[in-house]
Amino acid sequence: MPLGLLKYGRGSDYPFERQPDLPGPRELKKHYDVVIIGGGGHGVATAYYLAKYHGITNVAVLEKAYLGGGNTARNTAVIRSNYLTPEGVRFYSASVKLYENLANEFDFNIMYSQRGQLTLAHTDATVRAFRQRAEVNKHFGGRTEMIDRQSIAELVPCLNLDPAQLPVLAGLWHQDGATARHDAVAWGYARGATQRGVELHQLTEVTGIESAAGQVTGVVTNRGKIACGTVIQAVAGHSAVMSQKAGFPLPIVAYPLQAMVTLPVKPFLNPLVSSSALHCYVQQTSRGEIVIGGGSDPYPLYNSRASLPLKESLIASAVDMFPFLSEMRLLRQWAGITDMTADYSPIMGLSPLKNYYLDAGWGTWGFKATPICGKTMAELVASGGEVPTLIQPFTLERFDHFQQVNEMGATAASH
Amino acid sequence: MKIMQCPLNGPRNISEFVYGGQVEPMPDPQQCSDKDWASYVFYDNNAIGIVREWWQHAPSSYWFIAERHNASDDILRTYDPGELFSERVDFTTGENEP
Ligand SMILES: Cc1cc2nc3c(=O)[nH]c(=O)nc-3n(C[C@H](O)[C@H](O)[C@H](O)COP(=O)(O)OP(=O)(O)OC[C@H]3O[C@@H](n4cnc5c(N)ncnc54)[C@H](O)[C@@H]3O)c2cc1C
Repeated sequence: MPLGLLKYGRGSDYPFERQPDLPGPRELKKHYDVVIIGGGGHGVATAYYLAKYHGITNVAVLEKAYLGGGNTARNTAVIRSNYLTPEGVRFYSASVKLYENLANEFDFNIMYSQRGQLTLAHTDATVRAFRQRAEVNKHFGGRTEMIDRQSIAELVPCLNLDPAQLPVLAGLWHQDGATARHDAVAWGYARGATQRGVELHQLTEVTGIESAAGQVTGVVTNRGKIACGTVIQAVAGHSAVMSQKAGFPLPIVAYPLQAMVTLPVKPFLNPLVSSSALHCYVQQTSRGEIVIGGGSDPYPLYNSRASLPLKESLIASAVDMFPFLSEMRLLRQWAGITDMTADYSPIMGLSPLKNYYLDAGWGTWGFKATPICGKTMAELVASGGEVPTLIQPFTLERFDHFQQVNEMGATAASH
Repeated sequence: MKIMQCPLNGPRNISEFVYGGQVEPMPDPQQCSDKDWASYVFYDNNAIGIVREWWQHAPSSYWFIAERHNASDDILRTYDPGELFSERVDFTTGENEP
């Protein structure tokens, strides 16, 4: 046993210096080299990699509310790479790799838990689509395979294999599937970034973007104006509202996405389980709560209210999959405003303004991408606008050329 | 329960309706550029405010237009498309023409 631990056990003092994880509020400077709009996971991750790999530290992250209080705080924390397109799988696999080492890198526990994700197929068409996903994923180094009913029953003994007259035919078993504590991810990045000199300004809302001759010159905030060299917008649900302040539209529609958790019970469910036909997924957190999530609201709305019809349909599907859940009590329910694109892929990279970069269109699937987004967006900024190969397929221009990266089938039911 | 006023069937539960996208003028598919068509297909008016949308009352297959605030979710007015469209809008790509 380390001597320090022994001494700690005998002493009455806390052995470490009590330094706060984040520095307190301070005045805004007149100028920053880089301004990042949005202090969610994506914004602080970008700041972290800018400081860590590129030595760019004159950076301000501006957050209108508090750190990681947007969709970063609202997601169901599914991390996976079993997408459909080679572009998508390559990108999300790179993120999974970064996640695997993130707690070590931060020296901060993000409670990364690789429990595997199981998606159920109830029709022949879905079985075919799953085969393709398994092959593409394997090709890019992911651990994904098709499994039959018997293996599913062994993996999740309490699962009803014949829910709602839709017998389970097969499953897509993704061993790399994981969850992480979302707040810890945001805090780990924010701590690492601010320790290296980045400024995080909470309660600082960007209300306008100033530009001249196709280039951004500064941002207007509720705390005054700031001049800046480069701007990144990473505001998730409000992506289209922000781009309009910069003077251009985005092909994004805001839809609420709802989720809920039950009271905690003893652990019974290790893998994350999702049904493609019921549009519902169920997982147990490390605290024992059962998380229930599913498809988006049926029509667009900039409002994070929760609604009764969505709760009813999600709970009905969850009870079909795990009938004994009908005995459970709900603890919380909530919604986030998600920035949906037509092809269920993000919009990353250049914008019509020269030094204004986009990290948007994260819809219902962007938590898992937090590390790789931060890393590639930082490369984009540091190189002065050279788009990293990994994110080139996600350019805004793809819509003008009808070159979408269609991930709808691999995203709509499980995020 | 949220209620929507159907111009044909009166007040009904919102779950009986299907959202059908925003009402936008369609550019002529044979004349317009790819960019114009992309703009029509992918770019909505996504500012926060009142939007004009297509909705269908599913049980009766009746399409109509609603004006709705996309943040408060207040439905301000619903009406028959006849108020905006006096003739049928046909869609041709030109591919099947002689
Ligand atoms: C219910 C739900 C479940 C989900 N489940 C999953 C999942 O299982 N797996 C997965 O990968 N993804 C999931 N997602 C999606 C994921 O949460 C998001 O894509 C991701 O968190 C986006 O991160 P972000 O940092 O870009 O956005 P956010 O965390 O939303 O951060 C954006 C920030 O910008 C701030 N902001 C907005 N406007 C301004 C302004 N004018 N000035 C300054 N700041 C501003 C906001 O306050 C916010 O804090 C889910 C989402 C929801 C809602």
